[in-house]
Amino acid sequence: MTESTEAKIWQEVASPFCGIASDDLTIKVEGNTVTVQENGDAVTKKGFETPISDTQARIQGKEVSLEQAVAYAADLLRASKQPVIAGLATDHNGARAAVALADKSRATIDHLHSTAAFRNILVLQDTGWMNTTLTEVRNRVDLLVVVGSDLEAGFPRFFERMVWNEESMFGQEIESREVVYLGKTPSGDASTSPKGKKAQVIACDDADLPEVISVLRALINGKTIQAEQVGGIAVSQLAALAERLKEAKYSVVTWSASMLDFDHAEVTVQNVCEMVKELNAETRCSGLPIGGKEGDTTANQVSAWQAGYPMRTNFSRGYPDYDPYLSDTNRMLAEDEVDTLLWVSSFNVDQTPPSSSAKTVVLGRSGMKFEQEPEVFIPIGTPGIDHEGRAFRTDSVVSVPLRKLRDSGLPSTFEVLSSIEKSL
Amino acid sequence: MLTKLTGGRVYDPAHGIDGEVRDIYIRDGRIVDAPSDGKIHEEIDLRGKVVMAGAIDMHTHIGGGKVNIARTMLPEDHAADVVARTELMRSGCGHAAPSTLTAGYRYAEMGYTAGFEPAILPANARQAHMEMHDTPIIDKGGYAMLGSDDFLLRMMTANKDQEAINNYVAWILTHTQAIGIKVVNPGGINAFKFNQRKLDLDEQNKYYGVTPRDILMRLARAVKELGIPHPLHVHGCNLGVPGNKDTTIDTITGMNGLPMHMTHIQFHSYGTEGDFKFSSGAAEIAEQINKHKNITVDVGQILFGQTVTASGDTMRQYAGSAHAHPNKYVCMDIECDAGCGVVPFKYKDQSFVNALQWMIGLETFLMVDDPWRIFLTTDHPNGAPFTSYPHLIKLLMDKSFRNDVLSTLHPEAQAATHLASLDREYSLYDIAIMTRAGAAKLVGLADRGHLGVGGAADITVYTDNPDREKMFSKPDYVFKDGTMIVKNGELINVTWGTTHVVKPEYDASIETSLKDYFDRYHTQKMGNFKISDDEIVDDGRGSLTVQPLHKGGAL
Repeated sequence: MTESTEAKIWQEVASPFCGIASDDLTIKVEGNTVTVQENGDAVTKKGFETPISDTQARIQGKEVSLEQAVAYAADLLRASKQPVIAGLATDHNGARAAVALADKSRATIDHLHSTAAFRNILVLQDTGWMNTTLTEVRNRVDLLVVVGSDLEAGFPRFFERMVWNEESMFGQEIESREVVYLGKTPSGDASTSPKGKKAQVIACDDADLPEVISVLRALINGKTIQAEQVGGIAVSQLAALAERLKEAKYSVVTWSASMLDFDHAEVTVQNVCEMVKELNAETRCSGLPIGGKEGDTTANQVSAWQAGYPMRTNFSRGYPDYDPYLSDTNRMLAEDEVDTLLWVSSFNVDQTPPSSSAKTVVLGRSGMKFEQEPEVFIPIGTPGIDHEGRAFRTDSVVSVPLRKLRDSGLPSTFEVLSSIEKSL
Repeated sequence: MLTKLTGGRVYDPAHGIDGEVRDIYIRDGRIVDAPSDGKIHEEIDLRGKVVMAGAIDMHTHIGGGKVNIARTMLPEDHAADVVARTELMRSGCGHAAPSTLTAGYRYAEMGYTAGFEPAILPANARQAHMEMHDTPIIDKGGYAMLGSDDFLLRMMTANKDQEAINNYVAWILTHTQAIGIKVVNPGGINAFKFNQRKLDLDEQNKYYGVTPRDILMRLARAVKELGIPHPLHVHGCNLGVPGNKDTTIDTITGMNGLPMHMTHIQFHSYGTEGDFKFSSGAAEIAEQINKHKNITVDVGQILFGQTVTASGDTMRQYAGSAHAHPNKYVCMDIECDAGCGVVPFKYKDQSFVNALQWMIGLETFLMVDDPWRIFLTTDHPNGAPFTSYPHLIKLLMDKSFRNDVLSTLHPEAQAATHLASLDREYSLYDIAIMTRAGAAKLVGLADRGHLGVGGAADITVYTDNPDREKMFSKPDYVFKDGTMIVKNGELINVTWGTTHVVKPEYDASIETSLKDYFDRYHTQKMGNFKISDDEIVDDGRGSLTVQPLHKGGAL
């Protein structure tokens, strides 16, 4: 990092705003104004550049001190019969404090992206998988199959960093890499090779994707398929893809669970993961779930090591009680089972709590706007801008250090939640 | 404040003390001399009790990516051992893949005051430390895994000199905050990424052309030349493969006297005799260990029941995935650095193979002569959860109990072992060597594992009970850095242990080639890969303890 007298320039800054956690950003900070100068994209620019507006805590819309807000939030939790701590868009220490507070206040924990994350977690718990991580992809992938996802919409730099990088450690001709979209059609050209080779698209509707994947898996296993078409795709086209997967030396099958937005998508993810395992009988093939937005990987990791279970765990009986259906807090809120909701959202001002009848405490990024003013609002710092932190990447393996880029005075989620816990 | 522990029977092998009645004085977390003015603030009567240093688990998978995969994937295993919150303790879960908090409490309740994570992938080291930061009471630390990382293999292919490799090893130790170097299936995790399915000691990685033997020699030499107290920690080739004893013997004899620790040796001591083409190689292996004083081992004893195997050895874990119980598993290639495989497993006493594995482990314990060179582990959780240590101690200390258990196992396995004829019973002194003095020496902890003046006051007090399982399950007292944390087998205080590391010097020029490597091939910058000292301290309850190096120097 280098410093000049007025504007500070920070280099090799890691982004906590998307799951691939690029850490090559150059960022300029003048006072409280943050600008991404190099290697930014739509997601990271919005993430870093959202200005600070409010810095004062509020109770029922009236400005109060942080201490008053903390005491009031503690009172609500103490009186609550069914508290929920959710959102959990925070860093590692924020998640640690949240799980500790849930344990003490007998709350249920959940993350705002759990519905997507559980499309993967349920598979991990039922049959497992064979997966890879981003650096392996960058150096080894020869055939990338993107299942049901428009990756660049959520992860703009995925192709630039992991597929169309300049060189592979193993002397692979980068241009020889092949990309196949199965399901969705990409919204842009990120998947097009540097010399202009476009990805092959085998499109179908989401509703047909489960059947298409089943047929592809059957073909890989040498089963005979009677039908000639499935989901509008010629079976012969899938048979050709099956052959390419078998011939590839290091294929990668990727998906973003948030984009597989249909009922019981976990069954399709499971079919993909079992297919990957089966391909490994002869060659190498790996899965690559892409997610990790707004701290969901971090929250699940921390909860798993502190409690033994991922999100959707309820501490109301004094011990962790995991139930991905009963403790889905969207369901709990919708069915009026919750009297107090503590919502943590430190990355994105648009991620406000779902409307509900619960009394709501929001630890939110400064500038958050509400349709309905929450009972308590505490503006908090953003990890990697206002305070240091650490965040897990999509692969659940690498975590990046986040820096404090400015001195805004906004407290961290860890500080606020720890204070609430101490006041209980 | 000065505390006197009066009149206990002390087992302190580091000072040759074998059951002598002694007083111990504690001040500010350390063991001190008797006060010259005789002033004592607190006295605890330990007459008739057995006193040892706090126990040290030198190989236990307590933190890091594969452990957390195991936790996440096994809700059904936690369900039988869910742990409720108390005024003192956080809630969590136990058994095969316990939550970090429960793991710390349970280690302390058994009189353990330190545990070392043996497989820290450099790319995942930050997570391993974050998990250990949430593991209460015990001290911790870990061994950084090398040997399948592309940076090392590229150096070897490019014929870099030993000094360059030493610099890289020292850089890794420093920036992953580790205390030792581990190698898992040397080069094999890497070879699996090139679709090689086995790799013998002298078989070449098909891309790099280097062999496991080359890798072991380079790394063992680096560890020795850098003066790292902990010898190269080796999970050898061909784990679990019938007939692997020959590879293991070749590995032991091939080190030319360089220090090497061979871990979970039980899994590497298999022959191919008998109807099942699976037999014990323990006698031959033990003979080689006895002969080669440069070798230390831990056993990786299996005990019967459900557990989960978690290893960096993707190649062997994938091969073993067909035996997963329940039927699920995870294998991962990781960051051009290493890999991992997590396979749940149930050891059955009526399975010939599992029964023989149990026997092979015990044969090894009983046939290796020197307790300073063999260590008590189950390779938690791979052979069994660490909570089974008191049971394992009873098997070692009580021949009639051992033979009673043996007589219930698979009959043909019983016929394939001469375990029943082994009369050796471990003494309390032997146990104190294996789990305290020897372990501290092996890991390189100057101030732990002994009860001499200046040592940390990590002390465990037991009631001498002929039922050794009962005795070692529930200490009367455990002191951690002088604070009484366990009384009558119950936790009464929660403290936070330190992280033990070594900081060997290196030539900073290694960063020129590392930075280029990270920039060109990695998805993380070199600067962000490094774990700072501040990250270990974190919210204030963590701390670093830098352990002294041995005299190094070029061989």
